[in-house]
Amino acid sequence: MEILLSLAIGVLTACGVYLLLRAQTFPVVLGLTLLSYAVNLFLFASGRLVEGRPPIIAAGQTGYADPLPQALVLTAIVIGFAMTAFVIMLALKARAELGSDEVDAQGEPHGDPTGEERP
Amino acid sequence: MSMTLTLAVLLPFLGAAGVAWGSRLGRPTAILLALLVVLMPAILILSLLDPLVAGETHLEHFAWLPAAGLNIAFRLDGLGLLFAGLILGIGALVILYARYYLAAEDNLGRLYAYLLLFMGAMLGVVLSENLIQMLMFWELTSLSSFLLIGYWRQREDARTGARMALAVTGAGGLALLGGILLLGRMTGSYDLSIVLASGDLIRAHPLYVPTLLLILLGIFTKSAQFPFHFWLPHAMAAPTPVSSYLHSATMVKAGVFLLARLFPALAGTWEWNHLVAGFGMLTLITGAVIALFQHDLKGLLAYSTISHLGLITVLFGIGTPLAAVAGIFHIINHATFKAGLFMAAGIIDHETGTRDMRRINGLWRAMPYTGTLAMVAASAMAGVPLFNGFLSKEMFFGEAVGVANAMALGWLLPVAATLAGAFAVAYSLRFVHDVFFNGEPVDLPRHPHEPPRWMRVPVEILVVICLLVGMLPALTVEPILHLAVSAVLQGPPPVHDLAIWHGFSPAVLMSILAMSGGVIIYSVRKPIYGWWDTQGGRVDFRRAYERLLQGLLTLAGRVTLWLDQGSMPRLLRLFVAVALILGLAGWWGSGSPLTGPLTLLPLDAVSLSTGLALVLAAIATLVWHRQRFTALILVGAVGLMVALVFAKFSAPDLALTQLSVEVVTVILLLLALFFLPQTTPEDPPSPRRWGDAVLAVLAGLGMSILTWAILTRPYESIAGFFLERSVPGGGGRNVVNVILVDFRGFDTLGEITVLALAGLAIFALLDKLRLSGQRVAGPATAWHWDRHPLIVASLVRLLLPLALLVAVFILMRGHNLPGGGFIAGLITAIALIMLYLANGVAWTHARLPDKTHPVIGAGLLLATLTGLASLLFGHPFLTSTFGHVHWPLVGEFEVASAMLFDLGVWLVVVGSTLLILIHLGLMSDASRDGLAPGTPVRGSGAGRSAGDSPPGPGC
Repeated sequence: MEILLSLAIGVLTACGVYLLLRAQTFPVVLGLTLLSYAVNLFLFASGRLVEGRPPIIAAGQTGYADPLPQALVLTAIVIGFAMTAFVIMLALKARAELGSDEVDAQGEPHGDPTGEERP
Repeated sequence: MSMTLTLAVLLPFLGAAGVAWGSRLGRPTAILLALLVVLMPAILILSLLDPLVAGETHLEHFAWLPAAGLNIAFRLDGLGLLFAGLILGIGALVILYARYYLAAEDNLGRLYAYLLLFMGAMLGVVLSENLIQMLMFWELTSLSSFLLIGYWRQREDARTGARMALAVTGAGGLALLGGILLLGRMTGSYDLSIVLASGDLIRAHPLYVPTLLLILLGIFTKSAQFPFHFWLPHAMAAPTPVSSYLHSATMVKAGVFLLARLFPALAGTWEWNHLVAGFGMLTLITGAVIALFQHDLKGLLAYSTISHLGLITVLFGIGTPLAAVAGIFHIINHATFKAGLFMAAGIIDHETGTRDMRRINGLWRAMPYTGTLAMVAASAMAGVPLFNGFLSKEMFFGEAVGVANAMALGWLLPVAATLAGAFAVAYSLRFVHDVFFNGEPVDLPRHPHEPPRWMRVPVEILVVICLLVGMLPALTVEPILHLAVSAVLQGPPPVHDLAIWHGFSPAVLMSILAMSGGVIIYSVRKPIYGWWDTQGGRVDFRRAYERLLQGLLTLAGRVTLWLDQGSMPRLLRLFVAVALILGLAGWWGSGSPLTGPLTLLPLDAVSLSTGLALVLAAIATLVWHRQRFTALILVGAVGLMVALVFAKFSAPDLALTQLSVEVVTVILLLLALFFLPQTTPEDPPSPRRWGDAVLAVLAGLGMSILTWAILTRPYESIAGFFLERSVPGGGGRNVVNVILVDFRGFDTLGEITVLALAGLAIFALLDKLRLSGQRVAGPATAWHWDRHPLIVASLVRLLLPLALLVAVFILMRGHNLPGGGFIAGLITAIALIMLYLANGVAWTHARLPDKTHPVIGAGLLLATLTGLASLLFGHPFLTSTFGHVHWPLVGEFEVASAMLFDLGVWLVVVGSTLLILIHLGLMSDASRDGLAPGTPVRGSGAGRSAGDSPPGPGC
């Protein structure tokens, strides 16, 4: 089981990093999403793999999964969403201001894609 | 516990704000308020006088971070009293003076506020018991002096001067911090009482020399000692009251104050004597010589100040108890005559409109009264008998002669002292003769006459002090000098006799030499000026400073440019590569095996297929990433698989969160995709692409290996604490939720704040953003076949109450079973967004408030208030409580205050998520409508009916 999860995290990281290095904004956002999956899983894995023993106190249950990485990852997932949303808005803003979805788009703002004059 | 001193230091800070505000009521109000702010600390300090005279040191301690040796601690001893007197006394005079000095269009309230800020900082320096705390006030004096020098912010020289002073003294402050930390390490405490008592330990410590060097750097920069003296003349761009206060009486004295303060801890070694006396001597000579050649009145006074600071430094460097007496004495004398001279210079500047001594001549006829005052102060500066400067200068000469026999090269000191004395006489003569006599004024901008009565009063007071101390030292200055010296030496002061005539001694001879030498130098000044104008200024420390600064900036620019060439992929590549190298290096060095001893879990078929699906979906995302829509769906699939992984390994909360976040993320990306190109252009294979692939594979491999290494190793966890305390301490059985809302509630509060900020920031980004969406060519595009399928629209409306009920259920049970504010918030958001998707933005928009900001605010407020409520009951912030109530029908029900906190989390999550998605949706709606450019985007569809509303993109 451990080897499977390690492999999955590795593949997610590799795909995420490759997409992150692309030149357009959308693949970068996809890469970021994949990478945050990988990171969340990795953090979660630091609590080791435990099956069928959720950290919910119940009479008669012995041993629980580590709740601490879970709490950490739970907020990480939500914050990750906020970050993805923020990055995608930046991408939209960049496209509006620079008229391009290139990550490294530079130079004088030349109006938005509609050709509308900007102040 | 007594808070008198603490209050005395804090009052000016509070007063600064009060005066800044009160000054709008007019100048008389401002000056009254400001004087009141000076008076109150004075009264407070005077109330502590009796025990001080009896020889006690008044201490006030408040624990702050006792574990780190950081405490709020103040002390009042003789040295502190002397300086507090100078700070408050001259401060009051400067406040009075400034009112007449400043032009009507200058903002007096701002100047007073800055002056009081500075006063508070300076009081903090001289009254601090804790050294770290003293350093904070020390830096505050640098900062407030920056504000004061740059008071006329429209002037370039003021800005340059302010920056230079801040850079030099700030850098010195950094060195001083290092020195103080070392002192703390040696003695085990930052408390002055302990440090001062550990002199022998410090001097014998191997770290003594570095400590001394660092502390001296701080002192020399602050007190404008050679070679850092260049900032002081440039600080003359400040209004003259400021120069009079900071650059003669107080701030530049902070350095020599520290010399006196740490005298028992550091003095008495070869290094101390040579470094302190050596640099002091250089400063003494340099300042005195350059002062003569300044044509600017204030420039002359600035260099003279440098020279006198050098004199005081030399005295402390000599290190004998008598020299310390002379040093303290000269601090008092210099503060009085130099502050008076600066004020006189300000009057002259104010009346004539210039400070150039080549133009100001023969003012005696217009201003005989001011002239008399200036002459008295200048005589004190020159060291003429019967004026206070003479007494301390005589003591200095006497000490210098003593050194001549005690040290190698000691004969240099009396020679230098006499030479500097001669130059002091010469530049004092110049100040008086050039300005008040020496022919007629040349082309003055204004017609000079005597200044207003009250502008002269501060100068009069200072001049009277000069005379009284000069003639009756034993009656006037002796008591405070006695107290201050006892504090400096940490023991009884040596026998000294403050008399004008001690009989004939080498010191008298030196005085006579200096006097006559000064007159001779001044009489041959014309050729010397000529020589200086061609030769002088060759060694320019200011230029060296500027070159150093420029060099640093260039270096920083180059490093930045080398790292960041404006390309994000390049920077990311660098980042990943460095992370790989560091990770590899760390593993290589450890020499530990890859696989740990932990027994592995068996692999089952379902897990295998889920894992493979995850891997395949990720790879498919990569392969088809140029077809953006497809890639998006695939990313969603990956997310769902991740949720399954969480579910499999005993994390139901995570699975629920991941599931709901996945839905929201996909909707968000779909909305965004509407405004972006649908495909990514082909990127032909290139070395760069191959490089990226290799980097990505290596990164993936690294993460795999790391995960494997972690998963196969046993570990110690603090989980036991949470599992044990969850039910008895937090009142909840779902430990993850209890951690979030109770144990680590403060973290969660921070996290929802971040979420709220992200939502608001996105809202701000979308504001006024104009984007065109996909051009709809015909009725049927890839985006939609049917605007709002009737069945979906109706079903969603029916389902909404049910979905909301589920959300409430998840929220309520979160404390004991999987669920909670985060998950319930996401579910609520999804339910509402479904409504938008199925019925159209306009339809929903007409029925729901479009602004969710209040929801976010309410959530944050609720969470914070829940935390604050525990303070009311005397518990720390965010302590939770719980109890059981019996509800009819439902039965025993547990209520925890943490649930209220969770409600706050829920509100923030709902508010932020909706804020982000709805406004992006509204924008797409508006752009689809083909609104004319310039029409406001948001809220445009609010009035339309459901039937004709255009669809949102995607679903």
